[in-house]
Amino acid sequence: MRRIDWPAHVVLLLGVALFVLPLWLVVAGSTLDPAAISRGELSLIPKLSGFSVYGSVLTQGSPGSGPVWQMLAVSFAMALCIAAGKIVISILSAYAVTFFRFPFRMAAFWTIFITLMLPVEVRIIPTYQVMSDLGLINTFTGLTVPLIASATATLLFRQTFLVIPDELVEAARMDGAGPWRFFKDILVPVSSSNIAALFVILFVYGWNQYLWPLLVATTPRLDTIVIGIVQMIGTETQTEWNRVMATAVLALLPPVAVVILMQRWFVRGLTDGEK
Amino acid sequence: MERRTLFPGTLFPILLVLPQLLLTVVFFLWPAGQAIWSSLTRADPFGLSSQFVGLDNFSDLFSDPLYIDSIGRTAVFCLCVSVLSMGVALGLAVCADREIRGRSWYRIMLIWPYAVAPAIAAVLWILLLHPQIGLIGGWLNRHGITWDYKLRDNQAMAVVIGASAWKQVSYNFIFFLAGLQSIPRAVIEAARMDGARGFFRFRTVVLPLLMPTVFFLIVVNLVYAAFDTFGTIQALTQGGPGKATETLVVKVYRDGVVNLDIGGSSAESVVLMLAVILLTALQFRFLNKRSGA
Repeated sequence: MRRIDWPAHVVLLLGVALFVLPLWLVVAGSTLDPAAISRGELSLIPKLSGFSVYGSVLTQGSPGSGPVWQMLAVSFAMALCIAAGKIVISILSAYAVTFFRFPFRMAAFWTIFITLMLPVEVRIIPTYQVMSDLGLINTFTGLTVPLIASATATLLFRQTFLVIPDELVEAARMDGAGPWRFFKDILVPVSSSNIAALFVILFVYGWNQYLWPLLVATTPRLDTIVIGIVQMIGTETQTEWNRVMATAVLALLPPVAVVILMQRWFVRGLTDGEK
Repeated sequence: MERRTLFPGTLFPILLVLPQLLLTVVFFLWPAGQAIWSSLTRADPFGLSSQFVGLDNFSDLFSDPLYIDSIGRTAVFCLCVSVLSMGVALGLAVCADREIRGRSWYRIMLIWPYAVAPAIAAVLWILLLHPQIGLIGGWLNRHGITWDYKLRDNQAMAVVIGASAWKQVSYNFIFFLAGLQSIPRAVIEAARMDGARGFFRFRTVVLPLLMPTVFFLIVVNLVYAAFDTFGTIQALTQGGPGKATETLVVKVYRDGVVNLDIGGSSAESVVLMLAVILLTALQFRFLNKRSGA
């Protein structure tokens, strides 16, 4: 029988507590009486009857915010569009730059690469101007499409494509497969674990956006759940804390679920791609 | 590296890269160009015309003590966040790499916070640290320690550092664990046979082999702390009290979106762009060292 490695277990349990305790506190807090929370009587023991707050938050929201189901719908749509869009246009452009030679190929590659160096945070004002010139402020297109360009995903797909054996390409060509058939029947299946991993990373990325929607979508109709919750805690005076906490739980559940369910692909994709 | 086998054709591949290229040009290069242009011009007070002023906006920027303060503040913030989150993550990864029961359970419990939005991480921390309702904050105040991160500079800084570092531990943990697992068992065994044990073995055998991961993560963490923590800071303190937690990105947002100083804010953007370019270049240097050469 093996000796139990106590020090390792203690450290790991402390780590788990560091992450789970704040989460548990929000779940428990969401079920408590808001007046009690405001008096500072937050406790770690949830009140079972208080779970009804979730239904009421979903349909009615908090004072000064729309219903939470609507924010969840916007966040879901945004995260899915961004993840799917980034994967599609990146796999196409990675295919083009690795399997073809065309004029300005390297220029195209470097242009895509440069996006890594220009996060929204460093070009706040001019991007807003471009968006308003194009009439994209307060539209769902404006919320999603500009975030779809992705150097990271392109680089990851390119890495996979570079090591595909020449024999495979030759064989496919001998069997009469054209470029499109080769892409559809060989490259896409070969990249499926990359696609799964990227989906997790990019879904989380899309769901968690804060500065971008804050800039380009000011109408309540397009409030994502992350935007919504920061607004809720902003109106400090009449905050109904149990509602804020229930919204926080609803906001972090979907991306956390995606990460846990697709853990295997996600961890490998992240460390392979070196995002 | 290039492929040997290729497909013929010119128009088809161009059509394939076009969507990505268009998005990049319209939403990345054009705004970046505009930022550079407006950082070199100054609008008249009525906003009717703008005049080319060369590097005046930059010399104004770097002679502004508030901006210099913000640089220093951002440096301290980034350093604290990186050291804290990498230190905790390394400790956890070393333990999770051992042959212990429940490894996969521990792994899941330690990686899920990756999915938490920076702004949501802030909400979780408010419930712990809020001076009245917070579990820890309220307790401190009831026991004679004055705690209010919305009024006290140092406490505000500590809170944004803590919340930002907390969120990044999972990411670092994933990479440290992968790095540790890629160290050949034979090397560790050999060190064990030579009598190297405990912290000594870690420092002399494991850590040197882990250095590429460490360097890579230093850059990633600096970028994270400098740019991705806007949501956390905005939700917790909005850069306040006063300017106590105003990092460079928060300042660009305040100057540009709140105070509408386009020229100044653009100059700040250009400085940040240079910083990201530098950091990305560093990151790819380490990356190439790690995978190839």
